[in-house]
Order: sequence, then structure tokens, then C-alpha cells
Amino acid sequence: MATTTINGQEVTVDDEGFMTVYDQWNEEIGKSLADAIGVDMTDEHWKVIHFLRDDFKAQGVTPTIRRVSTAGGVDTKRLFALFPKKPAKKMAYIAGLPKPAGCV
Amino acid sequence: MTDTVVSEMIVPSFDDDVETDRTLAIICSKGSLDMAYPGLILGNAALGEGVNVHLFFTFWGFDMITPGRMEHLVFSPVGNPATHIPAALAPLPGLAKMATSQMQKAMDELEIPPVPEFLELVKASGAKIWACRLSADMNHLEKEDLWDGVDGIINASDFIEMTDGAQLLFI
Repeated sequence: MATTTINGQEVTVDDEGFMTVYDQWNEEIGKSLADAIGVDMTDEHWKVIHFLRDDFKAQGVTPTIRRVSTAGGVDTKRLFALFPKKPAKKMAYIAGLPKPAGCV
Repeated sequence: MTDTVVSEMIVPSFDDDVETDRTLAIICSKGSLDMAYPGLILGNAALGEGVNVHLFFTFWGFDMITPGRMEHLVFSPVGNPATHIPAALAPLPGLAKMATSQMQKAMDELEIPPVPEFLELVKASGAKIWACRLSADMNHLEKEDLWDGVDGIINASDFIEMTDGAQLLFI
């Protein structure tokens, strides 16, 4: 556990850098997180991130890629294009959520 | 619990700059419902970690990519002592059907998709899907007879060439 500063705001993160407190996130922080890992945020990216946050609030867990695709309505192929190589982890990181635990 | 204060952001490495050619080839040789999942689950996990994945279907695994069969894979306790069902009871009529539906229900509850949908998912995530030439010949099947997500029918030499340096998993 560590406390780091993003955009002048104190943010609690785990050892890997993933945010651990839901309410500390805001879009500016999300943008900084995205910049840090080289993801250029477009409206499409934001739509996905907001889905992740809403779903986490409703379900209590970070949605898996499959859930983002089926419940969030974004094609899996598109997710790999928006967040290359490790989409699930990248999306969670930018959205200030824990890595998804589910297997699929 | 120690709480460290750092001023810099902790940024995980997502291996973006690493020219990772890590490749995993999974040989799916079984046609029962229980043995269809390990390959798909591991393949899917690998894809989610940015690994190149090849799924190679051979022998009984052909059932996983044959329309008409892929939707109806069976889990039978016969010859499966791990189910702890007495051997004499395992072949009784109706038992395989019950075991199959119980397994599918358990998968559904965990939100694991049925095999055909799972294949669509791994395909959309970038997996390459190959069918074994010999198995195709044995079953008198051609590419048109198989699931349309199959990238091609290849022989053993092609497979060995294709998986040079790759990690292999035989299921």
C-alpha cells in the first residue's frame, strides 16, 4: 500500500500502482493514468472506462473483458484495439479499479 | 500495515515496449465438455496478457470446432474415476446427460460461456484457430464443414514450424 500524488491529489494505490479507493478517482486522474501507460484517450476509450466504473459500483467487482463486451456493448476486438496487449489490466488501471479477478 | 508515501506515480509495466513474441500453442485433443474448457480458459487468459495464441484442434478435439457437435459436448463419468461415481453406476442411462447439464450449469453460474461462444471470444481476442489435417481426413471433413472461425487446416509439419520457440500445451 502506498500513497502517491497524481495531479497534486493524494491517491492510495497498491504495490503495482492500481488505485484502491473508488472515490478518489476523477477524469483528470484517469487521464494522467492513461498518459502514464501511453493510452491516448478518445471518446470511445472514455465510454469504456465509464462503463467499468459504473459496473464496479453496481456489481462490486471489476468487469472482465467478456462482461465489458456483453454488458458494455463494446466488441472484444475493439477492446484489444483500444487497449492493446493487456486490455483488462489497462482498463482497470485507467479506471482506478482493481485488476479483474474473474477467469473469463 | 506499512504505508509508504511516494511522490511519484507507480506505473506498472504493461510490456508495451517489450517486443514480446511470446507464443503459446494449445493442442486440444479431447471432445468431452470437461476437457474442452482448460484449453479455452488458458488460451483466453494468455490472450488477455498479450501472448500470441494458437489453438490446434486434433482428434476428438475436432468435435469442439464441428457445428452440430460443438454445441452438444458431453461430460460422462464413465472412465472418469475422479468424479467419485461408482464405476458400475457411471454407464447408467441418463447419468451422462445429468452430469453434462450439471457441469454446464456450474459454468453458467460462474459466467463462463458455452464452448461455441467461448471460441468466438478467443477468436475475437486474436487467437489463431487451426484444425488438424489428419483428423480432417479421417473424418472426411473440409474447411467448409467446420466452424467458420477456423483459420485453416494444417498438417503436423506446419504446426511444428509454426510453433518454433513457442510454449506448448497438450490437452
